[in-house]
Amino acid sequence: MSKNASALPADIAKLSFEEAMTELEKLVRQLEDGKAKLDDAITAYERGALLKRHCEAKLRDAQAKIEQISLSADGNVTTTPFNP
Amino acid sequence: MNKTTAPSSPSLFDTPRPGSNLPEYSVGDLSRRLKKTVEETFGLVRVRGEISDCKVHSSGHVYMTLKDETAVLSVVCWRGQVGKLAVKPAVGMEVVCTGHLTTYPGQSKYQMVVEGMALAGIGALLKMLEERKKKLAAEGLFDESRKRALPFLPEVIGVVTSPTGAVIRDILHRLADRFPRRVLLWPVAVQGEVAAGQIAAAITGFNAMPATSNAAGLRRPDILIVARGGGSVEDLMPFNEEVVVRAAAASGIPIISAVGHETDTTLIDFAADRRAPTPTAAAEIAVPVRADLLQQLAGMDARAQQSMRRMLVERRERIHLLSRALGDPARALEPLAQRLDERADRLQNALLVFMDRRRGLLREYAGRLRHPRDVVQVAAQRLVGLMTRQQAAMRDVLHKHQIRFEKMDVSLRHLSPRAVLGRGYALVQNASGQVVTAAQQISKGDVLSVEFYDGKKQVRADD
Repeated sequence: MSKNASALPADIAKLSFEEAMTELEKLVRQLEDGKAKLDDAITAYERGALLKRHCEAKLRDAQAKIEQISLSADGNVTTTPFNP
Repeated sequence: MNKTTAPSSPSLFDTPRPGSNLPEYSVGDLSRRLKKTVEETFGLVRVRGEISDCKVHSSGHVYMTLKDETAVLSVVCWRGQVGKLAVKPAVGMEVVCTGHLTTYPGQSKYQMVVEGMALAGIGALLKMLEERKKKLAAEGLFDESRKRALPFLPEVIGVVTSPTGAVIRDILHRLADRFPRRVLLWPVAVQGEVAAGQIAAAITGFNAMPATSNAAGLRRPDILIVARGGGSVEDLMPFNEEVVVRAAAASGIPIISAVGHETDTTLIDFAADRRAPTPTAAAEIAVPVRADLLQQLAGMDARAQQSMRRMLVERRERIHLLSRALGDPARALEPLAQRLDERADRLQNALLVFMDRRRGLLREYAGRLRHPRDVVQVAAQRLVGLMTRQQAAMRDVLHKHQIRFEKMDVSLRHLSPRAVLGRGYALVQNASGQVVTAAQQISKGDVLSVEFYDGKKQVRADD
């Protein structure tokens, strides 16, 4: 099951949060409209579930990490943790 | 005059002439004295005036003339100092210069060496900003078409501001409230002469970072916030500098500017993709509220499930309804059977009625029919009758013609000229056979033919 959960289709995995959210909204509207064929509705529902998981994953990743940029003598950018 | 005032070089001026107790200076001496006096007296001055002339020498030094209504002043800014001036000198600018005075003995001139320069008064500053704004706008740096949409949910946020102070704390605090993200702070001075260069370098530096994480786990931010707290117009000046505005306009990363208070506007605001009234507001624009999104997502999930459930229930109900509507097939046939019976009855009746009617017609026609024998007899009688009538008519006609003929014969005989000759008349003709009807037609000696009822006689006229 956990293996299955990690296998999001590539076309969904590459969507931005907003794109996934927009498509999910569209699918839900389509389902609410109730005019789709049953097979299509089931396909839409399944895709909606994957989109929701993708969105949730994006929302779960909400760790604050604050770094301060510093330039080394050779001009390379490095970071150090920042504590205001 | 103080007698103790001695020339600086007594060896040359040891004997004052009679009638004059004035010391005698060499030109160089006086110039040196003057230089010393001027430099000591005006070691640090501020002077205000309008730049009436401004030349950048190939050496990098800048030579200017300051003027007001009554006087002019030569001003020089050495190369090393030019970049540190808060304003870039230009003709027509009203400025306040800070520096010292010195003389130039070689040309009997004095001049000011400038170390600092600022615009004189807020009006002059605003005028300069307005002109710069117009110039940059004309280049298209502020065009609406250049503005990019901000990412809905950036993963990495770059912040260009001071590492100390309330601004960065406000931003981080609001980000943590809404949606904790990875933040890269590029520390810069936000006021003073070095600020503009640092801010521009930070914007450019963020843009130069790799699009995907490098070995050090660093990558280009999805959005930049360039921020500063409130301050005087002069304090905010770095954000008006061309180098900063150009860096913001050239940034491939969308930029939110948040400089000063809500009422302050700096030129970077026009080049940025969005202007935030405060640093806190910039954080609000940069990220959505995570809790709202989670709620929205849960709401959509619930709607999808409900729709599916409803759809299944509806289908089931429809199947039920349809199966009821189908009903017992035998019962569906009953009305049809009844109709068939009825039609069969009507068909039979119709046949009987039809036969009856035909029989009646037959009887009627049969009654009207005659035997051929009778027909022949009647025809024969008619024929005899007709023949009899025809013979009678023929006889009649012949008889009528006979009578008419006889009558005509008599008339004809009466009408003939010969019949007239019989009663004593004669017909006279001349030699050419023409009938002569008048005596004048006859000349003496003419031979005439006279016809009587019984024949002709040739006669000759005597007169």
